[in-house]
Amino acid sequence: MAAFIARRLATAVPVMLGITFVAFILIHLIPGSPARIILYGSQATPQQIATLTSRLGLNQPLWEQYARFLGQLLRGNLGTSYLTQTSVAHELLSRTPSTLILTGSAMVVAIVIGVPLGVLAGARPNSLLDRGARGISFLGVAIPYFFLALLLVLLLSVRLRWFPAIDNGTFAALVLPAVSLGWGYAAILTRLVRGRIIEEYRSEYVTSARARGCGEGRILLRHALRNSSVPAITTIGLQFGNILTGAAVTEVIFGRAGLGSYLATSITSKNIPVVQGAIVLIGLAYVLINLAIDLIVGIVDPRARVA
Amino acid sequence: MALATATAPVIAGRQAGRRRPAASWALLAVTAAIVIVAIAAPGLIAHVSPTATGDDILAAPSGAHWFGTDQLGRDMFSRTVYGAGPVLIASLLGVALATAAGVAIGLAAGMAPRWLNSVIMRIVDVLLAIPVLMIALILIATAGSGVRSIVIAIGVAFTPGFARVVEASVRKLRSVEYVQAALVFGSTTARTSLRHLLPNLMTEVIVLGTSAIGWAVLTATTLSFLGLGVQLPQPDWGSDLAAGATYLSTSWWLATFPGLAITLTILVANFIGDSLMTVLDPRAQTEASGR
Repeated sequence: MAAFIARRLATAVPVMLGITFVAFILIHLIPGSPARIILYGSQATPQQIATLTSRLGLNQPLWEQYARFLGQLLRGNLGTSYLTQTSVAHELLSRTPSTLILTGSAMVVAIVIGVPLGVLAGARPNSLLDRGARGISFLGVAIPYFFLALLLVLLLSVRLRWFPAIDNGTFAALVLPAVSLGWGYAAILTRLVRGRIIEEYRSEYVTSARARGCGEGRILLRHALRNSSVPAITTIGLQFGNILTGAAVTEVIFGRAGLGSYLATSITSKNIPVVQGAIVLIGLAYVLINLAIDLIVGIVDPRARVA
Repeated sequence: MALATATAPVIAGRQAGRRRPAASWALLAVTAAIVIVAIAAPGLIAHVSPTATGDDILAAPSGAHWFGTDQLGRDMFSRTVYGAGPVLIASLLGVALATAAGVAIGLAAGMAPRWLNSVIMRIVDVLLAIPVLMIALILIATAGSGVRSIVIAIGVAFTPGFARVVEASVRKLRSVEYVQAALVFGSTTARTSLRHLLPNLMTEVIVLGTSAIGWAVLTATTLSFLGLGVQLPQPDWGSDLAAGATYLSTSWWLATFPGLAITLTILVANFIGDSLMTVLDPRAQTEASGR
């Protein structure tokens, strides 16, 4: 197991380095020099722009700039915001918990709805329940989360007044964003788990379990479900990045203070350090989640440790 | 990123495997006709200009205005019909771009020497670790908003996922006898890729591309929902949906019809993807293992 963990960590390092490089190179990809963006509107002379460019270190060799960027990154310094001159790391980290809570809640919604529905549908293919589950999941994949969010607000906030439409810090305010974001992923999971369960039921170990006199409930939960869990877990991990960015969009709809609106305004105002910091942060979260998932899969399925 | 969604229908499609090919082709033909009309000649369906304002403001759906009117008295039915163009162009061209680039990169990486393969695939891994929407947002930040930027954004953001799948298939195909034979008989790498590998990958590529269209529509409309696509007053499902959200409590039809249009489009795209998969590749051996 230790060797497996070490190997996984070793593959995560180059990926993480690559992500930092993508974040770094952004400053040179965005049209217009950063000095001009910072001094925008202040009638800056070419002299001032040249001074600021050299102070930002943008006229040094590329690899030197990257090395410096990495060095700062390792010290937890993501630079300062062009607009407010505040620490980007601080600004981003203070907004992260809210976004992560929404992301996590959406994942919980996806798992709590998707897995049981998939198991029940897969256990009785073509039953009424299965048809219903298939219909719901087909629709669930198709309906965009931002449209579902508006429909839920229209029905449950405006008409029925069950949940607040705008964030007020309560748990009730988290329900609609989490459900609208998680629904689509619940649908993906339902289809996946259903298909796996049907597949597992065809395999010989299920027949042999039946022959040994194993109860149907035990076959479903202890055998078929356990063997279907690995693809379900990896799917959740691969979708993490999409759920996270979806959370950022959902936040904007529900007026939640998180990474979403901050990142959106930063992208439009070309506040590059914030965008760079967000790429590193999201990339790191994605790598860590998938590392954790590899470990979970390694625990659930010992064969995965070898490959 | 699109792959997990792309593989989910594989399994669903396998179970629903008794779908008749003729019905699938008919559906495809009808959809293609609707798509062509929506992009090339929306005036055939909606007879009012989507930007023409009127005195009848915020009118509920009626015989005169099927989908109601907005705060400037513009006909929502017309806006919904005309709004199909930008969404369909962005997602179809985006997917086409990503498919072409993904196949090229996947083929090159799959046939490349081992060290080059790992360099290319590590870069692909890095791009896969950045969410699709994030890549799209960054590209739009550099290229500006508009349909062309969304096409590029979808094209670039979807490429790594396609490259991953194609590369895996190429590696599998490389050891097959006829490919080995071609190489032994002196066929160059390029020739082998184009004459032997590519034709055998076609089915998979078509299925992969079609399955991604629904996801591309979602990405394109998310971007225009955020105000990065077609600018008002031009009609667009995403931006009309966002504009209608303001009037949600009083005029439900403003957001509902563009939203339903997006949902229906993704529904049809996914259905066609599933059907094509069963028709073109009855074996559909792709496993939804995720990675």
